[in-house]
Amino acid sequence: MKRKKKWYDYLWIFSLTYLILGFFNILFAWLGLLCFFIPLIIAVAKGNKAYCNKYCGRGQLFALVGGRFGLSRKKDIPQWMKSKYFRYGFLTFFFIMFFLMLWNTYLVFAQAKDLSKVVTLLWTFKLPWHWAYHGILFSDGIAQFAFGFYSVMLTSTVLGFLTMALFKPRSWCVYCPMGTMTQLICKAKNERGNYIGDYVTDGITNTGYTKIQIEVKDKK
Amino acid sequence: MAKRKATVNTRECVACGCCIKVCPKSAITVSKGVYAEVNRDLCVGCGLCARECPASVITLEEAEK
Repeated sequence: MKRKKKWYDYLWIFSLTYLILGFFNILFAWLGLLCFFIPLIIAVAKGNKAYCNKYCGRGQLFALVGGRFGLSRKKDIPQWMKSKYFRYGFLTFFFIMFFLMLWNTYLVFAQAKDLSKVVTLLWTFKLPWHWAYHGILFSDGIAQFAFGFYSVMLTSTVLGFLTMALFKPRSWCVYCPMGTMTQLICKAKNERGNYIGDYVTDGITNTGYTKIQIEVKDKK
Repeated sequence: MAKRKATVNTRECVACGCCIKVCPKSAITVSKGVYAEVNRDLCVGCGLCARECPASVITLEEAEK
């Protein structure tokens, strides 16, 4: 029995188009903010991860390339990569780099720095990207943000494809900073409600273990 | 013989929802965005979710019920 495809199962087209557009006009990079704000808004407003679960086009792209096209070893991700230390550490690192990028944008806005027409891959390699720049009306800062934001998106896509090839297709989801962040928001939101309560009141959770058994199992 | 059902290690689940998409019985939900939950009445133990899970936190275990 195959699940019927819904409109949102095609959002990988959006993700792919986004990546391609960045090669032609860097200003399209601004569209990527949608992938930042929509998951956050859903997490804050509704307290769930519907974005990851349904709409994330990038995840679908990895599932397609790694799964359908078979460009993935489909091995288990190493234990350390799914540890809270790594996930939260990567989120923190991502945040720091993101704010550095914003600071850089501010400097260009304030005319303290010239626009640099490069895309920085993996926070290190500066790739010339001048061909995707066709001038700007207001401030160079707008273009600087586009270059910076596209760098973030391209870097995470490259990392995602790398772990897709090495491990399971959607291994990016394990350490995706947006995913980690929305999960934290959901945790914070639902813990005040009955998230913890489920363990206690039900006695048996969905996993079939009681609260005490879960703790014992995790200690192993 | 007890039937085997998908079991989620909720502590390590990243709530990405890959399992939801492959489940032929729509037995999995991530209702609160923290971890996946399996409806054991619907689960047939096919193991598709376990294979798909990028964090490999789903295993098939014998249900005690």
